[in-house]
Amino acid sequence: MEGIFNLAWVVPIPPFLAFVAIVLFLHPNKRGSALTAIVAVAVSFLLGWGIAFGAFLAKELGLHPVDGELYAIPTGIQELAIGFTVDPANALMLFMVPFLLLMIFIYSSGYMTYPGHLPPSYDPVAYRQGKDPRYSRFFAYISLFATGMLGLVIANNLLMFFVFWEIMGLCSYLLIGFWFEKESAKRAAVKAFITTRIGDALMLIGLILLYIRSEPSTLRFSELFTQANLEQLANTTANLPILGPVPWIALIAVLLFFGTVGKSSQFPLHVWLPDAMEGPTPVSALIHAATMVSAGVFLLIRMFPIYAYAGEVSASSLQFVAFIGAFTALFAATIAVAQWDIKRVLAYSTISQLGYMVAAVGIGAYVAALFHLLTHAFFKALLFLGSGSVIHGVEHGFHHAHGHGNDPEHPEPGSAARVEREDGVLDPEDPQDMRNMGGLLQRMPRTAWTFIIGGLALSGFPIVTSGFWSKDEILASAWDLGRTGVFWTLALAAFLTAFYTMRQIGLTFLGQPRSEGARHAPESVPSMTVPLLLISVFAVGAGWAGIPEKFPVLGGIVPNFIEHFLEPFLEYMNVHPYAPQFHWTPLLVSFGVALGGLAVGYAVYGRGLAPGQIDPLARLLGPLWQLWHRKYFIDELYRDTVVTFTLFLAWLTAKFDRDWVIDWIVNWIGRLAIYLGQGVHTFDAYVVDGLVNAVGWLSDQMGRVVRLLQNGRAQAYLLFGLLVVAIWILLAIMPIVMTLV
Amino acid sequence: MESIVLVVMLFWPLLAALVVLLFGGSDRAVKTSSILMSLVPLALSVYLLWGYDFEAGGIQFQVRAEWIPQINASFRLGVDGLSIPLVFLTALLSTLSLYYSAGVIRHRVKEYFFLFHLLEMSMLGVFVALDYVLFYIFWEISLVPMYFLIGIWGSDNRDYAAVKFFIYTLVGSVAMLLAILAIFFATGTFDILDAAAAQPFSQQLTIASLVFWGLFLGFAFKVPSFPFHTWLPDAHTEAPTAGSVILAGVLLKLGAYGLLRIMLPTLPHAAVFWAPWLVALGAIAIVYGAFVCVAQSDLKRLIAYSSVSHMGYVVLGIGAAAAVMTPEALADLANVFSLSPEALQDSAAMAINGATLQMFNHGIITGALFFLVGILYERAHTRDLFRFGGLSARTPYYYGLMMVAAFASLGLPGLAGFWAEFFTFRGAFAIVPAWAAFGTLGIIITAVYFLYRIIQNVFLGEYDPAKIEHWTTVDGQPAEGPTDVVGFEKLTLWPLVAAMLLIGIYPTPLVEYFNQSALELLNFVSTLS
Repeated sequence: MEGIFNLAWVVPIPPFLAFVAIVLFLHPNKRGSALTAIVAVAVSFLLGWGIAFGAFLAKELGLHPVDGELYAIPTGIQELAIGFTVDPANALMLFMVPFLLLMIFIYSSGYMTYPGHLPPSYDPVAYRQGKDPRYSRFFAYISLFATGMLGLVIANNLLMFFVFWEIMGLCSYLLIGFWFEKESAKRAAVKAFITTRIGDALMLIGLILLYIRSEPSTLRFSELFTQANLEQLANTTANLPILGPVPWIALIAVLLFFGTVGKSSQFPLHVWLPDAMEGPTPVSALIHAATMVSAGVFLLIRMFPIYAYAGEVSASSLQFVAFIGAFTALFAATIAVAQWDIKRVLAYSTISQLGYMVAAVGIGAYVAALFHLLTHAFFKALLFLGSGSVIHGVEHGFHHAHGHGNDPEHPEPGSAARVEREDGVLDPEDPQDMRNMGGLLQRMPRTAWTFIIGGLALSGFPIVTSGFWSKDEILASAWDLGRTGVFWTLALAAFLTAFYTMRQIGLTFLGQPRSEGARHAPESVPSMTVPLLLISVFAVGAGWAGIPEKFPVLGGIVPNFIEHFLEPFLEYMNVHPYAPQFHWTPLLVSFGVALGGLAVGYAVYGRGLAPGQIDPLARLLGPLWQLWHRKYFIDELYRDTVVTFTLFLAWLTAKFDRDWVIDWIVNWIGRLAIYLGQGVHTFDAYVVDGLVNAVGWLSDQMGRVVRLLQNGRAQAYLLFGLLVVAIWILLAIMPIVMTLV
Repeated sequence: MESIVLVVMLFWPLLAALVVLLFGGSDRAVKTSSILMSLVPLALSVYLLWGYDFEAGGIQFQVRAEWIPQINASFRLGVDGLSIPLVFLTALLSTLSLYYSAGVIRHRVKEYFFLFHLLEMSMLGVFVALDYVLFYIFWEISLVPMYFLIGIWGSDNRDYAAVKFFIYTLVGSVAMLLAILAIFFATGTFDILDAAAAQPFSQQLTIASLVFWGLFLGFAFKVPSFPFHTWLPDAHTEAPTAGSVILAGVLLKLGAYGLLRIMLPTLPHAAVFWAPWLVALGAIAIVYGAFVCVAQSDLKRLIAYSSVSHMGYVVLGIGAAAAVMTPEALADLANVFSLSPEALQDSAAMAINGATLQMFNHGIITGALFFLVGILYERAHTRDLFRFGGLSARTPYYYGLMMVAAFASLGLPGLAGFWAEFFTFRGAFAIVPAWAAFGTLGIIITAVYFLYRIIQNVFLGEYDPAKIEHWTTVDGQPAEGPTDVVGFEKLTLWPLVAAMLLIGIYPTPLVEYFNQSALELLNFVSTLS
């Protein structure tokens, strides 16, 4: 049984092979590409579940996690080992991730149909097949993504974790920009990558510092979390500029946390996730709800001993984590209340729920954070896939209403005149705007009921749904640990969550249809609805694995599997396992906010809206609602500060380099050399050469004189000879004459 | 075999050059024979990779003969873990460049290929020479063919670029020559290893500093290190495609190689003293170069500036290692950071590994990027970023190749560039944390210029046929729109792309060579008093 653990490194490989095969060979064959991708991920799924259930059944896996080495990179005298691990934390992930991957791959094969906004002439072959022109490319990308996520889950060291973390970032970028002809999609893709990269750069610094300061120098989880190393990290300090001495462990914890802030889209780096909804909906479900964004929280889970020890020596570092999480949970929930795009509501909801998990880690509730991560992945994937099904249906509805789509007589969706409304601009043919929906419960019952199940789980509908148990665990922990600020912030966020979820259900499925699209929306194909049904089983049932033992009536009937499974592992990592004591207050609050939010939501939106009716809440709250609707104007703020400043700085350095300073100096040195050369040339021509010429001229002139003598007449030479002799005689006899005188 | 492999490898390109010059018949014959002959040094470099004995370590495949006894200059060649991968890189890029050039060079073919072989010889010579005179001769020879390659086959502003390139690097060479002479007069030998062992000027910091800066200027102009880099954007932009590939891929590495082979071991005390300057120049180059890239609108110039940024990692890594080049400095820093000296020494090894990996990876990655720019230019006849768009759908194969190269260049884990950046920062953070932290800003800005400038403008969005009216195929035939890469272009790029992937997934074999030489360097300086 345990032998299968040594195959954990194989789990990410089949999707990678599928990726390579599709990119190199299979891409002309759309069906073949999809089939290959699905089969590959099914292999990973079977292996992943084999390992997961093996781990669930294994005795005390937590105390003896599997840690295998694949190869090592030399680093001076030591080596950096690359390998895989199986422990309770990633066994739970191996239960959730491959299952959702498989479901969403299957769903995608039905979802990625030929887009309505493209004319058939764009790609006649794809049009005939009824598949997206880039169908194969889509499956290549999500296969690579699957490799990234599965690799991250099995990584046995933080560096490898980071490698796969970034590969997912690449896939996220590629898939958000999948419909890159759209201006908004292309911008969203770039924004997503660069925003998360800011967090990743800080995370990389934290990772490197951890690598440097650990004794022995390592990034392997099994070696990092020894008592000696953790204490040594907590007891030595870094001298930072301004902040002064800070325990290394706290500095590292905060830096690593920025990786989570970027990846899990926490404030202030949350801006990319809502825009990421430009990607195809299965991508939103898979990457931007269930797996990649929760990998940010999984990082905190993985590094939990660091946070536990950091909290002891520097409480503020852990408070910072809790604050960001709780603040984001509430902040994003308020925005979600005032959105119209069905996917954007869910995006903000995801940000808010991730804030919950981050806050849970921040208060030290490891089990609760991981538990909520798992349950959230199921119900949020379900909600996104449901919304995809809705969008699909409404889009088809619009086409149906226009006779057959792509008819030049009729405008395509998105080209209709926009309507300025008190509650925001409305495109009356936008298949994602909930104001164009309503009454879909009758048209799309399977989608509607599974969506409602997911929505109730998200709201934390008591006892039945998984969301209740995991959210309650977080609230109970916050209360039990005396973190009242966090508790009430999260409680308020939970109320808003239930409220906006009911609003979404009301606007989408209840009341009367408000557009032609909603009136004619068909139910989706089985390859889409069957995964919805399967996931909804877990959206409800996954919570029963973590019912607290002290819970009134139910407690103890079903064993608290998650806690028992994880506790030994925490001990192995030298962290005190924590389980909240039972208190009535958090339980009642938990009941109250969930039911209260749903009730208020039902009271306002339970009958949907009438066609053309303004959102009652927008009327009621006025400017506050507008502030939420416009997302607190943070996008605009960043655009006018960070982006503008960066571009200005780039322009300035380029000018500095080429025109103003560096190349200016170089060119001037060059020019000076030329001027100098010209000066030397002048000197040379007039002074040096002048002298030479003067000498020449002089000799020439002398030559002229002398030439007079050289006239070739013998008698002249004779005369000259005589003259010389005469002078010579004269000179010779001169002294004698002188003596005589 | 052991003894002559380097001689054959080194002078084979010279032979090839002469064959091309004297016997080259038709253009076709010149091209074919050039490509075939360039396979010999490539095969021999693979033999070096395969035959290097890690157990024994040190310099291997040595050749030593008396040459000019009057000045104690000998003909000494040899390679170690540092030079072997670089020799391989040189031979690989030369072969690929010749192969690609065969497809696109149409006039003055014989001279072009003649010069290219000469260039290959000079580059190989620098990497295998172990004598200063020999080293300097090859160093200088490398200027000449490149000058003509830019000046004859370059684009519009080629004269300016060629002269700037030549004079700029010549200034550096003069400084280096003076330093080499100083070392000769102090040690009485031109042997690079013997001179290092003699430790000239180890007690005279002032003179040592002068010599250090002489060497550094020579190498820094070549690297090029900020602020001596402005020849690079012009030379890279104006050079023909294969010229840019060789410039970025190999010629820049000559400078960095000199820093490691000569400067650190010969002048460790001066290196420790001036290390903060090297580190600062490296870190500034990373960030500064990246910012300049963001403001470019010429695709080729952008890639050229990215070299400034990426070579900054090399200088940063080498500078960090320089700071612990003496046992005293190592002990001092270990004390300051409360780390064990062994841990700090390993960090220095990682800094060097990062720098050397970056040298190799930058060679294959930026080499590939310049090929890709050339491929686009052959079709569009413009390099203006804003005149493209939507190529992702029109030329998917080209897009795929560009994505791999671009993401490798921006340091995406799983591709080659990441390991270099990671190890450079890992080493630098242990030794010079503040500058290393500043340098990490480059990671973000690099993503900005690749994604926001290149990918977004060239590949995403709608394809607009009005922006470029005269597309051609690679053969110069008029075309309706952008055409995807053809066979010979694919074959040129695949080895590079494959290397990026392989090194990205499994870097161990390559790192082993570099790590070997890094450890040898650190052991060498740790035994000095």
